[in-house]
Amino acid sequence: MEIKVLKDILNANSQIAEQNRKLLTGKRIMAINLMSSPGSGKTTLIMRTVEKLEDKARIAVIEGDVSSSIDAEKLSQAGVTAIQINTGGGCHLDASMVNSALANLPLDDIDILFIENVGNLICPGGFDLGEYVRVVILSTPEGDDKPHKYPLLFSQAHALVVNKTDLLPHVAFDMEAFARVFQGLNQQAALFQVSGVTGEGIEEWAKWVTANLQKLRAQNS
Amino acid sequence: MHEMSVTMSLMDLVLDEAAKAGASKIVGVNIVLGEMTGIIDHYVQANFELLSQNTPAEGAALTFKNIPRQARCRGCAHVFRPTDLAWSCPRCQSLEIEITGGNELYVESIEVE
Repeated sequence: MEIKVLKDILNANSQIAEQNRKLLTGKRIMAINLMSSPGSGKTTLIMRTVEKLEDKARIAVIEGDVSSSIDAEKLSQAGVTAIQINTGGGCHLDASMVNSALANLPLDDIDILFIENVGNLICPGGFDLGEYVRVVILSTPEGDDKPHKYPLLFSQAHALVVNKTDLLPHVAFDMEAFARVFQGLNQQAALFQVSGVTGEGIEEWAKWVTANLQKLRAQNS
Repeated sequence: MHEMSVTMSLMDLVLDEAAKAGASKIVGVNIVLGEMTGIIDHYVQANFELLSQNTPAEGAALTFKNIPRQARCRGCAHVFRPTDLAWSCPRCQSLEIEITGGNELYVESIEVE
């Protein structure tokens, strides 16, 4: 006997993600799912954002890593509320991992929550975590040809941050060609050029983050 | 790359659906799999054989309907299949494209006894 199912295989994850989303927006927390390759500057971007917004918003971080708590310690030392999830080899965060982490965060004292995904441009794209926005970072040494290699992640992003612009004179990264390819694939996303080292572009990026917080608050007032 | 977690979700889903139907054995699972997901059917198959041992799904045959990625040109509305090497519209060369197919990842039906 054949039974029609017609259900998404990741349906269970999507349902937990929806619970996370409800919990977060109910607490008026703007959550950012931050995705990139390893070493592209996720943790540094978070630290620069915290420095820029520390008087305006309370920021917390969920750190996803295959192993170790180096990033969470780095953030904690800088005074940021950070909680570590070790996936134990897993290549992405899923909604239930985030759900467990949320139970251990002081949600009444958070305005912006960064969820730093495992460094990977493939797997995180398939898993909704319950975030408000998805942001992809690409650093200039990785090359300008990445959007067509990892179309799932790039086409779904709400914002794209090109990091390490200070290295542009030394690497083969054609910003114009990159923008053309990326914006061809994703018309909606905002595009930022930043340097975690010099601070270039951080202000504009931080304004976008704040604007999303205001938008979420207006939707949930 | 993440076939194990996908297969674990797949197992939960088919066992749940079979139980709801009061079926004691699952003999087949029909899956629709889009190319954009990056999921490799061969690995799902291998993981499924492992995970289904001693469950009502042991021995079930997995069938995959593979959906190629598909894009539509925003310039001239031409529908085409982007290849790994070329994502621009083959008719007008525009890079302004919309992905319209290949994100599928769902169970269409199961066959039970």
